[in-house]
Amino acid sequence: MSFLLANSSSDLAGTALFYVFAVVATCSALGVVISRNIVRTAVCLLLSLLGVAGLYMSLHAEFLAAVQLVVYAGGTLVLIIFGIMLTHNPNLKPFPAKPLEVILALGLSLAMASALIMAILRSGMGNRAPGELPPYPIQSLGEALLGDYLVPFEIISVLLLAVMIGAAYLAKARRKQEGRP
Amino acid sequence: MADLVNILAVDDGVSLMQRLLFGGTPGLWLGLAWDIVLIFCVFVPLISLFAMIAIWGERRVAGRMQCRPGPNRVGPFGLLQSLADGMKLVMKEDLCPASADALLFRLAPYLSFVPVFAAFLALPFGPDWTFEPRLSSGLFWLLAILSLEVMGVILAGWASNNKWAIYGAMREACQMVSYEIPLGIAIIIAVMAAGTLNLVELGYMQSGGIHTWLVFRNPFIFLAFFLYFVASLASNKRAPFDLPESESELVAGFHTEYSGMRFAIFFFAEYAGMLVVGAIQAALFLGGWNDPFGLIGYFHHKFSMDGNQIGLVAVNAAASAIFLLKASSIVLVQMWLRWTLPRPRIDQVLYVCVKVLMPLACATLLGGAIWPLIVPEYRGRPWVDFNPWSFAQWQAGHAVGALATQCVLALIGVAMVGSLAAWIVYSWLNRNTVVARLSEAEPIGQEAANKP
Repeated sequence: MSFLLANSSSDLAGTALFYVFAVVATCSALGVVISRNIVRTAVCLLLSLLGVAGLYMSLHAEFLAAVQLVVYAGGTLVLIIFGIMLTHNPNLKPFPAKPLEVILALGLSLAMASALIMAILRSGMGNRAPGELPPYPIQSLGEALLGDYLVPFEIISVLLLAVMIGAAYLAKARRKQEGRP
Repeated sequence: MADLVNILAVDDGVSLMQRLLFGGTPGLWLGLAWDIVLIFCVFVPLISLFAMIAIWGERRVAGRMQCRPGPNRVGPFGLLQSLADGMKLVMKEDLCPASADALLFRLAPYLSFVPVFAAFLALPFGPDWTFEPRLSSGLFWLLAILSLEVMGVILAGWASNNKWAIYGAMREACQMVSYEIPLGIAIIIAVMAAGTLNLVELGYMQSGGIHTWLVFRNPFIFLAFFLYFVASLASNKRAPFDLPESESELVAGFHTEYSGMRFAIFFFAEYAGMLVVGAIQAALFLGGWNDPFGLIGYFHHKFSMDGNQIGLVAVNAAASAIFLLKASSIVLVQMWLRWTLPRPRIDQVLYVCVKVLMPLACATLLGGAIWPLIVPEYRGRPWVDFNPWSFAQWQAGHAVGALATQCVLALIGVAMVGSLAAWIVYSWLNRNTVVARLSEAEPIGQEAANKP
């Protein structure tokens, strides 16, 4: 059993995990674009988000990974799928792109991609190891939210409350029009 | 032997998971192969074994509740019944309806099992036996990963292309999304008193005996304990909130079209999920791996100071046994409720969430926030910073009020569990006056023919 104790290949396994997550994230991101079935697109989006969450985890940013899962995968995506299921219509009209549109889209996305790659290469991020996180990142986050950034935080929560009340009011108004209790 | 002790005991702050998975095998590919073998030959079978025992337990409990023996033919006490069912399920044809979305239909069971499996990463089985103890937001991470389980159910319902299945999936989505809010608030109430989201830290905080367990910390956490239990039943689609399945109206709900092993995977996910929510409850409210007298905390501190490796392994083993016992007791209560309560309608389920649980949870949250301002608490880790059983130290820490509250609440809790236990012992003592078929199997086949 002694071969288990030498702590040598930890970094190698970490690298392998990085490639696994990166491949999952990229392939499913491609799937989001390529797939024609809207529910499959949503599932690909889920896998892509999971892959990115895995990357965060392997950088020891588990709070960010958890937020990613709660907000996007567990919240937004469930709502999207819920909406799709409620409004699903198999007889949707296809939307074929014209040749000019294809060329325009290709040109724009190529320009965007090259700009991004150039920016990443120039920033020198690739050569730097991920920095050591403070011991309690979540604690400092909480202190920032309820200390330095209290006013924006409260304004956002009031906005969300207004949205919630508005949605409830609209739903109730429509129900009354339909003459149901 | 010494190597084994070295792996299992603490050393230089490297997690158990790291020591087991990345513990340094010669070369990358051999290391990855070792990890895959470990995951698929040890972790997955262990969780499946728990699910099998839980399914057997559930059927036995159901039998007792309904005055019938339950499975008792295969193996001693029918223990091998789940194995026999598993064999049957493996041999069933793996059906996929012609009009279903085949890819998503086949993917859905795995999507509902993987999050539950990943949740085991953060569960604190012992002071040093946690797969990843450095998760500073472990509890939040657990909630996040468990919120993914709903995707598998929704996809299963949608991809089946079956009206019953999609009804089940819609109910699951409604229920899950709404019950996550009281669940989260109930957790926040306890976390506010603890001041940490790290499950291992939570375990250390509660290591001073039953009066330091978080559930007895103040009356509002005591209430939050029950709120969490109700909300966890609903978010884990357990009865009385098993609307996504409701076999009396929706055939089998979201898994109507599933057969064979894919059907079984949904059940593995459900039973493993029961253990996970029970384990979160045990770790957050019921003192995690600690015994009621604080012995685990005391000996762990002592052995860490002395550097007694074998002692640490023994303490950790005892701690994991206690933790699993607590989690399984909560699972047992979940089963007991399933066979006791009728199933409400979906509008009643949502009414309970939005109009009962949520206001209650918010009021409790407010109370839990105000309480520590009125009754000051003793800050610090039991045994390391103070002796939790010495009244003089509590007095010196100006926390006598907190100690009194904790003791009263602990007494109430012990009385509740004790009266339940007394009731069970009483009915066990009087078991012979109950109908004989409770304890004896009905004769079948040749036995029945021979019986006069």
